[in-house]
Amino acid sequence: MASISKDRWLAIATLMPSIILIGIFVYGFIGNTFYVSMTDWNEEQALSFDPEINYTGLENYRYLFSDSLSPEVQEMLAQMQETMGDDFPDDISMFTDPLGTRFRQDMVNAVFYSVLLLAGAVGLGMFLAILLDRRPRGIGILRTVFLYPMALSFIVTGTIWNWLLAPQGLNQLPTAVGLDPIQFDWLSSRDQILTFNWQRLLPVLLYILAAVLIVWGLMRLRRKGAKALYHLLLPGVVIGASTWLFGGFLPDVLMMEEPHGFNLATLGIIMAAVWQYSGYTMALYLAGFHGISLDIAEAAKLDGAGPFGYYRHVAIPMLKPITISAVIILSHISLKMFDLIYAMTGWDTATTGHPALNMFTTSFRANNFAKGAAIAVVLFLLAAMFIIPYLVSSYRKKKGVA
Amino acid sequence: MKLVAKLSLVLALFSLLIAAPVAGQADDLSGQLEIFSWWAGDEGPALEALIALYSSLYPNVEVINATVTGGSGVNAKAVLKTRMLGGTPPDSFQVHAGQELIGTWVKAERMEDLTFLYEEEGWMDAFPQDLIGLLGTEDGIWSVPVNIHRSNIMWYNPAKLEEWGVEAPTTWAEFLEIAPTLQEKGVLPLSLAANWTANHLWESVALGALGPEKWNALWAGELAWTSPEVVAAWDLFGQILQYTNEDAAGLSWQQATDMVVDGRAAFNVMGDWAAGYMATTLGLEPGTGFGWVASPDTGGEFMFLADSFGLPLGSPNRDNAIAWLKVLGSKEGSDAFNPLKGSISARLDSDMSLYNAYSQSAAADFGSNVIVGSLAHGVTANEGFMNDFATVMEMFLASRDAQQAAMAAQAIAIQNGIGQ
Repeated sequence: MASISKDRWLAIATLMPSIILIGIFVYGFIGNTFYVSMTDWNEEQALSFDPEINYTGLENYRYLFSDSLSPEVQEMLAQMQETMGDDFPDDISMFTDPLGTRFRQDMVNAVFYSVLLLAGAVGLGMFLAILLDRRPRGIGILRTVFLYPMALSFIVTGTIWNWLLAPQGLNQLPTAVGLDPIQFDWLSSRDQILTFNWQRLLPVLLYILAAVLIVWGLMRLRRKGAKALYHLLLPGVVIGASTWLFGGFLPDVLMMEEPHGFNLATLGIIMAAVWQYSGYTMALYLAGFHGISLDIAEAAKLDGAGPFGYYRHVAIPMLKPITISAVIILSHISLKMFDLIYAMTGWDTATTGHPALNMFTTSFRANNFAKGAAIAVVLFLLAAMFIIPYLVSSYRKKKGVA
Repeated sequence: MKLVAKLSLVLALFSLLIAAPVAGQADDLSGQLEIFSWWAGDEGPALEALIALYSSLYPNVEVINATVTGGSGVNAKAVLKTRMLGGTPPDSFQVHAGQELIGTWVKAERMEDLTFLYEEEGWMDAFPQDLIGLLGTEDGIWSVPVNIHRSNIMWYNPAKLEEWGVEAPTTWAEFLEIAPTLQEKGVLPLSLAANWTANHLWESVALGALGPEKWNALWAGELAWTSPEVVAAWDLFGQILQYTNEDAAGLSWQQATDMVVDGRAAFNVMGDWAAGYMATTLGLEPGTGFGWVASPDTGGEFMFLADSFGLPLGSPNRDNAIAWLKVLGSKEGSDAFNPLKGSISARLDSDMSLYNAYSQSAAADFGSNVIVGSLAHGVTANEGFMNDFATVMEMFLASRDAQQAAMAAQAIAIQNGIGQ
């Protein structure tokens, strides 16, 4: 005990204020949000002077993940059916909650936003970095040009792209060379592709798992031969085939049928986000490429690697840490697309919805603070899914070094 | 030092003597008055005119004009909620009159009843009876309206209509008849913009289909959303949507108005702030540059929305706030504000020579028509319902299923306690 040095005391004293502040204003409030999400602090009493807040467990989450109405509402519907008689639908179970459906499509949108932003920004950024790594003339200017969109706020990007994607905007480009204008409604399309039934989420997840295993196995096949075959490829094929054959026996995840899919209207928003962030990943990769010692590049050349081979087998594998941090950073940015979507399509366009916007309107427009908190918690857990593995792996690495 | 103190005392007394007659009317009000609103951009000058009038009456009060910008107050309302919950209410704040105020703030018992002010100032007779009914509940009257806008108006371009050989329809049946002919000429029959303008169109269509009595019954919880009449209104709405633009979701309401002005579209249903936009921003002459009729099937009906100011309990400068409300409700106040804002006064005795041709016709209708409340702008339903209705609307825009939309609307009406 006595051996705590003066240095250490000093360290504790300097850290204390920020630890206390972060403890209250970050973790305290996260904890409070968790608590609020398990209460009934909703519209009925949201803003009263001393609201009577009761603990309701997971009721708000049930509301998000099922579309059945609460017992009170069903009771009132039954009463209405009695008093109104013929004018009222016979089957009360046909009444469902439209808001849960909206939230679940928002979640599906969020997955597509994240995946496509990641693929787009990492792919395009890497491509630009490789081009610039060839040291073209004017590299300094080009680097700045590509990086510059990052300096804009999402609101500015959103407004510019909203104008560009209007029917009188980019769609008219082909007319400059005498072609017909593009007919696609970038932001207002109501078409949906890759539609799946939410009820059958289990088979969908299994198919995705099978596809990942097969692709991974194929990639490893050449180098790791038998191991890849038995550990990745074969299980992938087995899972895929058995889902296809016996998928019908899998239990339904939820009680109701509900189609969800990829809304084409989100494409415009994803384009804008990729435009903004590919310059950033480019800068990351470019720094990485410049950091690779010339000896290695020379050695690769001597071994007969052309430019493609050099990047494919030498440079990009060496930059794996950069790829990982780009993925982490972009994936949490993709969960915060709030401002971009708000600037491009506003609060209410369901086709481009995102849980973050839904959380805001649920809490601050509809005064359902507890339901909004539940959405926030779901988002928080999603973000944690991306970040915790990263933290764990970097923590392990540090330990290994020490 | 003593001399200085004496001198300053004399000076202070002297200045009091001079100031007293001027401030006589001001009841010696002093201190501060914080007004919270979302009137910055185009509406800024109108609010400034009101503040100038207030300052000339009560020169010792320092007016703090707290505005939070953002379309129809989305951001301002969120900031206001955090302030009220945090126990630091402004002295008076802007709010859409009706259920948007009642369902949020009156229900939370955070507002002061203003019936005494209405009686003192003689507003019971100055404002139309229907309007006072919609501003209040059984327990009181909760805000003072500064302006009146009309929601159910169909706009057109008279010169273009003549060119196409059509007349503005007075019923939706007529509209559906002329719409195909317009389409053949390459003209869009009805222009539409982002989600909320679909809500706006819906309320005009539904009022036309239901009529004022059933419209009110719907909000009193006496008419079911699933009743055949309401389902029929959704059906009609769906038929009308066939003649609207597909890129609507990405447009602002001004862009939809522009389509009518430059002849790409024949009609547009929008509130009468569109008149302000066309007359002031675009410089068009009411009557010749742009024309208007009540939206089809709603002749003789005036669907209103109003901005109003209320008095929160615990207002730090209550007396100053009451003086502010008196200015808002006065003839001078509303005639200073409304010509600049492009709206009409809620009072029946305003000086019509100050207003343009459109406003004069609106004021005449306001005095004679049946007055009903708007859904899209917060009169008939609380914020929870309005928020959820946007989702129901999106559902309908995607599926065009009238029965499904009616049932979803019934569910959210119960969830949000409409008519209870």
